[in-house]
Amino acid sequence: MTTALGTRLNFQTLVQARRGGEAMMAMRRGQPPAQALRAAGVLPRLYVMVCGDTGCLARKSDKTRDALIQAMSAYGLDSDVEVMRSGCFGFCSQAPVVVTYPDGIFYCQVKPEDAEEIVTRHVLGGQPVERLLYQPDPRVRQRVARMMEMSFFKGQQRIALRNLGLIDPESIEEAIAARAYEALARVLQEMTPEQVIAEMKRSGLRGRGGAGFPTGLKWEIARNTPGDIKYVTCNADEGDPGAFMDRGILEGDPHSVLEAMAIAGYAIGSHHGFIYVRAEYPNAVRRLERAVSQATDLGLLGERILGSDFSFHVELRLGAGAYVCGEETALMASVEGKRGMPRPRPPFPSDAGLWGKPTLNNNVETYANVPPIILNGGDWYASIGTEKSKGTKVFALAGNVTNTGLVEVPMGTTLRQIVYDVGGGIPKGKKFKAAQTGGPSGGCVPAEHIDTPIDYESLAALGSIVGSGGLIIMDEDACMVDVARYYLEFTQDESCGKCPPCRIGTKRMLEILNRIVAGEGEEGDIERLESLASSIKATSLCGLGQNAPNPVLSTIRYFRDEYEAHIRHKHCPAGRCKELVEYRVNAEKCIGCTLCIRVCPSGAITGELKKPHAIDTELCAKCGSCYDVCRPKAIER
Amino acid sequence: MRFAHGEAPTWPEARKAEVEEIIARYPDSRSAVLPLLHLAQAARGWVAQEDLEAVGRILGLSTAYVDSTASFYAMYHGHPVGKYVITVCTNLSCHLAGAGKVLEALEKTLGIKPGETTRDGLITLEGTSECLAACDAGPVAQVNVEYFLRLTGAKAETLVEALRSGDTKALAGLAEHGEAAAEAVLSARVREVPAHV
Ligand SMILES: Cc1cc2nc3c(=O)[nH]c(=O)nc-3n(C[C@H](O)[C@H](O)[C@H](O)COP(=O)(O)O)c2cc1C
Ligand code: FES
Repeated sequence: MTTALGTRLNFQTLVQARRGGEAMMAMRRGQPPAQALRAAGVLPRLYVMVCGDTGCLARKSDKTRDALIQAMSAYGLDSDVEVMRSGCFGFCSQAPVVVTYPDGIFYCQVKPEDAEEIVTRHVLGGQPVERLLYQPDPRVRQRVARMMEMSFFKGQQRIALRNLGLIDPESIEEAIAARAYEALARVLQEMTPEQVIAEMKRSGLRGRGGAGFPTGLKWEIARNTPGDIKYVTCNADEGDPGAFMDRGILEGDPHSVLEAMAIAGYAIGSHHGFIYVRAEYPNAVRRLERAVSQATDLGLLGERILGSDFSFHVELRLGAGAYVCGEETALMASVEGKRGMPRPRPPFPSDAGLWGKPTLNNNVETYANVPPIILNGGDWYASIGTEKSKGTKVFALAGNVTNTGLVEVPMGTTLRQIVYDVGGGIPKGKKFKAAQTGGPSGGCVPAEHIDTPIDYESLAALGSIVGSGGLIIMDEDACMVDVARYYLEFTQDESCGKCPPCRIGTKRMLEILNRIVAGEGEEGDIERLESLASSIKATSLCGLGQNAPNPVLSTIRYFRDEYEAHIRHKHCPAGRCKELVEYRVNAEKCIGCTLCIRVCPSGAITGELKKPHAIDTELCAKCGSCYDVCRPKAIER
Repeated sequence: MRFAHGEAPTWPEARKAEVEEIIARYPDSRSAVLPLLHLAQAARGWVAQEDLEAVGRILGLSTAYVDSTASFYAMYHGHPVGKYVITVCTNLSCHLAGAGKVLEALEKTLGIKPGETTRDGLITLEGTSECLAACDAGPVAQVNVEYFLRLTGAKAETLVEALRSGDTKALAGLAEHGEAAAEAVLSARVREVPAHV
């Protein structure tokens, strides 16, 4: 592959390559150094970044970009303005997103028709297009123009996600301009492996894959284990329901992971890395393949990196649809060509990992933090976050919250700040009920604890975990028994079957939960769930089984009354469990608008205009469509 | 038997160089089992008993071993599947966003249940409890692993129609990665083998 940078780089030419793009990156970040260059006409006056990632592409951001490019040339602005594709800004609810630099104006839901006005008003007239700016509260007319003034961005600190939205993830030139491989160069030129490890230990970074093991310590153990051949693996098998941080990083900044793996290789004395990536991530795989080949062509991976005597090779390895392969010993069994079953630890992979050799395994997000730590120092990273939980954490925000997507906040940020400031609150004026953290290994945080700081220790005290970073927000309509049942169904399905407590125990628990939501719960079910849970936790072989009961235990802890309502009164307070709910029309409130008749997919509602309607319970499929549309709230359940 | 019989595979010859390259990546040839199975599935659309035998022969492993490994992984289809495999995420976020309605709509237009293939062999429907990691844009489905986001019952019907008529434009309008994805989906079966497997 040929790139603008030509052939293999060495330490000097890497610096030159970065310098060449530095002003452009500074400008995109809205930083001043570029101003002089811009005045001299070396740089375009304005960068228009159009998000070309998941959410925005789905809403045709490519069409928006084409329209912007056309409009610029129609006004003869080609050399003044550069329209580019960027990675995800994380604010996907406003897709397609367009951001201009250096003024940092953030446009929401930009359609091709809007291109002309952006040119005439903004580029030529110097005024942002008011109607495309973000409106935090639909009831208040005020809009926010600048990205950095939006609470979504203000509340965040982006370290692992630093380049998402800033660079074109398919361009290694842009990655280099944004300082990719600078940390690797520094490590190879100036640092001993011991110094690298010391810096990592100083940072206090803990594994972001779920278990939270101190990263520097893990590197030290792997370095100190004797062995002629060692391996570095990257766990990109992200499978926790609700988690999509790793996909975001792999698609938006693949070089950060490659660079970090090479640094890790240097630190522990390894020359071979494997990335185990989910086969369900076609775009991440494409971007990684491209990144590996670009980096290899430029001598940033492969033999004699940057002309030094350190070599490091990276191979991709596709999973094949087994959640449990995210567990590190299962992952290694899978790479070795076996069934992906976990085995007891010890021995840990650092002693006996891939093919029995010492192996260092870290998660995608963990790796993405490494280059900034090397560049800015471990102390800098440790100054962010709380006493025991250092740095930032990326969360995958989903569920009943206005701004869904990836967010990165300092550890210790409260759940309230995440939900209301960054997340923009609960849509449709509904109430916050609970947040589910840590996916099927985690638990829920109920409304009464919304001011809890999110860090390893505080969540553990509430019976949940930070986990990999899935954060599902639930409003008043969520049934917590159903939520728990959902997770258990998942772990039950994904249990590899090797150890009986996990295989059989989770099945028993699921049977009980299925009965409860079907209205067949019995007195003593809650106690049965609790006792099964404690034996599964105590005797399962791996984290899958050990943590599987957590969502159930945690919902019992905070929403016991909901379990009791299902069991004793055969009633689902949230109205979600179909077997326990019946829809009826309150004739007093019904205004006879026929809206519900029109939305009912089963033709179960009858009635005339301006007369109370009625639901035929035999025909009713209990989908809740009528309930959702009825404005006078005459449908009850 | 989980893996059905099929015609003798052509990939061991047609992709000989790739097979050798894959084996050379690992210190132990057993490690090539999964990549070779991916290769086999990319060629046939599913994995047949004959593919297991071929993988065993190439790597010096018993067919029983390859079978037991392959059957552990959900992505290997042991029976012929449709040209298009629609996989609907039914995990929590998608469930809360209405995945049930999407699945119902698909069952209705296709006239099949999850796990089944339409009689013309065109479409296989699957529900998966494995989160597809686009939970902020649910309900989510993949068609031959390409993403389709924010689905509704109506969109699901349009999706099926686009697949039936082979309408690239209509499909691109629904796909997360637009035209590239639509083309990748519609050219199924002559699917390219990914460079890295
Ligand atoms: C059932 C199960 C699934 C897991 N899935 C993942 C995963 O998808 N990604 C990940 O990085 N770690 C996962 N882990 C944790 C890994 O075993 C391991 O702790 C982690 O990859 C170590 O990297 P870290 O120290 O950088 O977090 C999983 C663990 C269990 C028990
Ligand atoms: S729950 Fe469906 S994509 Fe995550």
